[in-house]
Amino acid sequence: MNLIQKLKRSGLAGRGGAGFPAWKKWEAVKQTPNKEKYVVCNLSEGEPGVKKDKYILDNYLKVLIEGIEAAMKTVGARHAIIALKDEYYDKVSDIVKEHIGNESIDIFRKSGGYISGEETALLEAIEGQRVEPRIKPPYPTTDGLWHCPTLINNAETLYSAGLVSHGKYKNERLISISGDCPYTGVFSVPENFTIKQVLELSKNIMTYDYFVQAGGGASGIVLNRNQLNRPLMGMGAIIVHKRDITKVGDLALKWAKFFRDESCGKCVPCREGTYRICEILESEKPNWDMLYDIFDTMEKTSFCAMGTMASAPFRSLVNNVLTK
Amino acid sequence: MIITIDNKTIECEEGETILQVARRVGIDIPALCYHSDLPIKANCRLCVVEIEGMDRLQTSCSTKVKEGMVVKTETDEILQTRKVNLELLFAAHVEKCPTCVYDNRCKIQDLAEKYNIKIDDRMKDRKHGRETYVFGKAVKIDLSKCVDCQNCVDACQLQQARFLETRGKGYKTQILPADDGTKDCIYCGQCVAHCPVGAASEYNNINEVEEAIRKLDKIVVAQIAPSIRSSIGEEFDYAGGMVSVQQLAEAMRIIGFDKVFDTCVGADITTIEEAKELVERLETGNNLPMMTSCCPGWVKYVEFYHPEFIPNLTTVRSPQTILGGIVKTYYARLQGINPEDIVVVSVMPCTAKKFEIARDELKLENGIAPVDYVLTTREMAVLLKKYKVNPFNVKGCPLDNPLGDPTGAGIIYGASGGVMESAIRTAYFMVMGEEFQGINYEKVRGIKGIKRGTLKLGGRDLRVVATSGMENAVKILEEARQNPYVYDYIEIMACPGGCIGGGGQPIPVDDTIRLRRAKALYALDQNSPIRVAHKNQSVIKFYEDFLDEEDGREELLYTHFRNRKIGRR
Repeated sequence: MNLIQKLKRSGLAGRGGAGFPAWKKWEAVKQTPNKEKYVVCNLSEGEPGVKKDKYILDNYLKVLIEGIEAAMKTVGARHAIIALKDEYYDKVSDIVKEHIGNESIDIFRKSGGYISGEETALLEAIEGQRVEPRIKPPYPTTDGLWHCPTLINNAETLYSAGLVSHGKYKNERLISISGDCPYTGVFSVPENFTIKQVLELSKNIMTYDYFVQAGGGASGIVLNRNQLNRPLMGMGAIIVHKRDITKVGDLALKWAKFFRDESCGKCVPCREGTYRICEILESEKPNWDMLYDIFDTMEKTSFCAMGTMASAPFRSLVNNVLTK
Repeated sequence: MIITIDNKTIECEEGETILQVARRVGIDIPALCYHSDLPIKANCRLCVVEIEGMDRLQTSCSTKVKEGMVVKTETDEILQTRKVNLELLFAAHVEKCPTCVYDNRCKIQDLAEKYNIKIDDRMKDRKHGRETYVFGKAVKIDLSKCVDCQNCVDACQLQQARFLETRGKGYKTQILPADDGTKDCIYCGQCVAHCPVGAASEYNNINEVEEAIRKLDKIVVAQIAPSIRSSIGEEFDYAGGMVSVQQLAEAMRIIGFDKVFDTCVGADITTIEEAKELVERLETGNNLPMMTSCCPGWVKYVEFYHPEFIPNLTTVRSPQTILGGIVKTYYARLQGINPEDIVVVSVMPCTAKKFEIARDELKLENGIAPVDYVLTTREMAVLLKKYKVNPFNVKGCPLDNPLGDPTGAGIIYGASGGVMESAIRTAYFMVMGEEFQGINYEKVRGIKGIKRGTLKLGGRDLRVVATSGMENAVKILEEARQNPYVYDYIEIMACPGGCIGGGGQPIPVDDTIRLRRAKALYALDQNSPIRVAHKNQSVIKFYEDFLDEEDGREELLYTHFRNRKIGRR
């Protein structure tokens, strides 16, 4: 069985938040005829509250590299690039370079903030263009880095692929847990675990009232403690907020400022919408109708996932915590 | 293939986008950042449509048609999101309508009306205090009106100047001029031609012209460029209707211009001199290939980016410059007027002409400039409308031309290939002693970017190329650099399609519009009693009466250029 078949059988889903079946992406790149192809390891880790890819860098670098090399061989790419978050670059680039040895894998110091974690925006960053997402289709699988077929995967996806290639993959995923809870850090859990099961496994049993933001500290959704019997969607991160010490207004404003400052500025709904969300939340008499109009418009017409998902934490905070 | 839009079945081709198909059949989907000249950006999000089978709204500008596609363009959801996006957009655009050249002809004003947008109601403008940049007193960018569509940046890239840059991120994004000294504006105004709002516009000279008209002791003389007659109608919603220069002249007299001349007569003189220079260079073999220089945008490009080609430029002045000079010398003397009391106003399709008239090299002997102000086609329309004068509603009157009427050769200057064809008609006669067969040289006509041809001229091949749009011009420059013998004569117009596609022309513009505007000029030429510049009897008389006895020939007819590369940071 070749690696793509193994990936299919394992059911490995992309770990960058979108959950797209890994084997499909690999197959698409493999099938696109071209002399030059690329593998890009997305180690942007731009989502606040997520440290799982750093965990891989610190503990499983060898397997990650093997996963990248296996990907290159499988899809027919002669070059790979590891796009490392700026602050990680300073810490580990030397170590990574040592491990790589062979010259066909380069390390790229990724700048451009949150949006450069979006896969097409990352390609633009590597190409030295303005860091903004591209129109899709075409997809990177056929038209990616320098317009060549490109396999771009989250670091954990490539690490897991490395495990699959060694027959060591146990259908687990890495989850960062942080916030107002006893045990923070990165935990490896069965991928079908519910949020409640993840907290239990990590011994995070809280008796006080709390809510979580699941899927990332920016675009993750807010769930109250009675809503945790569901799988963790999106990026592998759970942030716990103790209800009585959390000023929800400050939390919402924090999200708002994050999105406003991280918006690339390309499209009207997100560039203007994120600006106005901050303005509304900071005003003495917030215009809630206008806020929800903006949420609706951003969800339905933004250029990329950042714009469409930015309203999620706010809506879920209101629906799942404030009105309960 | 067949698709359905709003329950209408429509035939279309693979490769077309939903927006292109919709517009073709008259379904008006708003799209600010889309322009057929530019790459698709899909950043304004106004053109979203609902496609059966897809759960998210899609931008119609970027979505290609597929067999059997079913599209809806105005669902409740689309209308609601479009309204909010327009509200957001208006709050990022300071409304300066009364002084904006787009007032009452504005895309976003129309959208506000159509979608009942309460401008600045729930959200206040966030761009107050943003800077306005002026380049060459030709082009103006008011960042307080900018909606960040990036059309100007894309146009400037295509035009090879690459002067406008997008800097900053998110809501702090701004379109700014490059500031490292290696790039400069060439004033072509293609940014203006592609701006969906009035952020990029021509530098405004309307007030100064009104002032001049108001002053009773000044004689205000207007001259009308070739392109105006086939284009200004669009500003009065007469897209297909030609307005005659006689009608324009009467309209302009009504609003206060004292005299109205036709720049095409200046073009006839440019043709005669340019043909002479071409023949001379062909004989000596010096400074070939010869390149036209009546396009000030192209000239600025050469002077700043590639001064090594300066020797190739013809030294003949542009039509407006020659005619302006004649007005302030010959005509002034004829009428007994002090040249300092004459104000010459050119109506041009061009923004770069505003820069051209300020060139030191063009000053006449007494330090006077041949032309005092340039008004673009749009500015002239604004002025006429301000005084409620519609050129289509007047009968028309003769022009004051001191040198009579132009030939057809002078009229086609507005189209890409026109200068070259006129010069060929006359150069041929100069060398061969007979008219060019069929008069027309159609090889260099049309809106294709590069038009090449070879014709026999007195025992040799004359290899010519006419190109428009700087994107194409640089390809020809590269060919000439690789092999200086590949062409003998090159016409370069900075704007796609030639002057009729200029930065001062009515907006919108696209290839269909360019073609129509150009064809109208060739039709006027075809119907002209005289079609070659060298047979313009009044011009011949003028040469005999004035030019031959004056030493002023040089200053009236010729100029030189300057290397602007030196002295850069």
